[in-house]
Amino acid sequence: MLVMQVTILIFVAIAGGAVVFTRNPLNQVMGLSFFGLLLALMFFIFQAPDVAFSQIVVGAVVIPLMVLLTLIKLKTKEQSKKNDA
Amino acid sequence: MTRRFRNLFFLASAAGFAVFYLWGLHLLPGFGHYPGPYGDVLNALSVYERHATDVITAVNFDYRGFDTLGEEFILFTSVMGANLLLRKQKDDKEEDPPLDLARDRLAPPTSDAVRVAGLALLLPIVVFGIYTVTHGQLTPGGGFQGGVILASAPLIIYLCGDYENFKRITSHVLTEVMEAVGAGGYAVTGLISFIFGYKYLQNFIPLGQTGDVFSGGTIALISALTGLEVAAGIVLLMISFFKQTLVYRKPGEERGDRNA
Repeated sequence: MLVMQVTILIFVAIAGGAVVFTRNPLNQVMGLSFFGLLLALMFFIFQAPDVAFSQIVVGAVVIPLMVLLTLIKLKTKEQSKKNDA
Repeated sequence: MTRRFRNLFFLASAAGFAVFYLWGLHLLPGFGHYPGPYGDVLNALSVYERHATDVITAVNFDYRGFDTLGEEFILFTSVMGANLLLRKQKDDKEEDPPLDLARDRLAPPTSDAVRVAGLALLLPIVVFGIYTVTHGQLTPGGGFQGGVILASAPLIIYLCGDYENFKRITSHVLTEVMEAVGAGGYAVTGLISFIFGYKYLQNFIPLGQTGDVFSGGTIALISALTGLEVAAGIVLLMISFFKQTLVYRKPGEERGDRNA
């Protein structure tokens, strides 16, 4: 059990760091989604399945999707500015 | 603010934070050594007092039901706020699908693997979501967890198909009503307690057989209402995001592929 806990903590630390140090927002969203999934696994291993359930959906699906849609919106705006110029 | 000053400011703040952080960590109880009495008391009593085998849901929806009511309204308010920001504004206009300039080149369809996996998962997800909502007092889960699981079902439809499919199975008005009924129902459940001469949100429904789906009294009812509110709230949030991103345009703001 302790081995699993330490392993998942290390994975979460690596994934969290990777998300922070990724510069490209699109790659960052993909990393964030994976990080959310790892966090859910961590909650599960630390015996908090109630939190893990909501984390799977909120952290791995809903938040990345919201960021992704915002990126699409920003990109279309940039594109139209470029077209005007 | 020069770069040098900024770096110094950051280093000083980080050092200060590190000191207090380590101090705080030092005073924490050891890993796996729970010091407080409340958790142990609730673990021992909740099955007897509330006929609920999932202590966490019993705590959330009964022992500290009023706190959860506040949390529910945090979600309600943030969904409302996001909707307000993403609403259709005066100078937004709804746009037809962009003119297809390259009819011979079709957009890549969603891969068969994604569609098969998504459609195969869809029904189990809905069933599991309903199970999680209704069995909150028995097994890990409850209204919030089940609600978000249920809300992911329309997202899978979007993933397998496109926005048109998503639009066909969701309704802006219906999700608004469902969210309001869920959030309001929770608050009203608390008021009904007064009729029985109890305190706000005190359990007034017969507790039933431990292990039964309809056990736990108001815990099951509040769990179902929360599930309704959360599922509808998340779907409503997604509807607004999709509309603002994929449908509404500012005048002069065009999709990239039209002029390219």
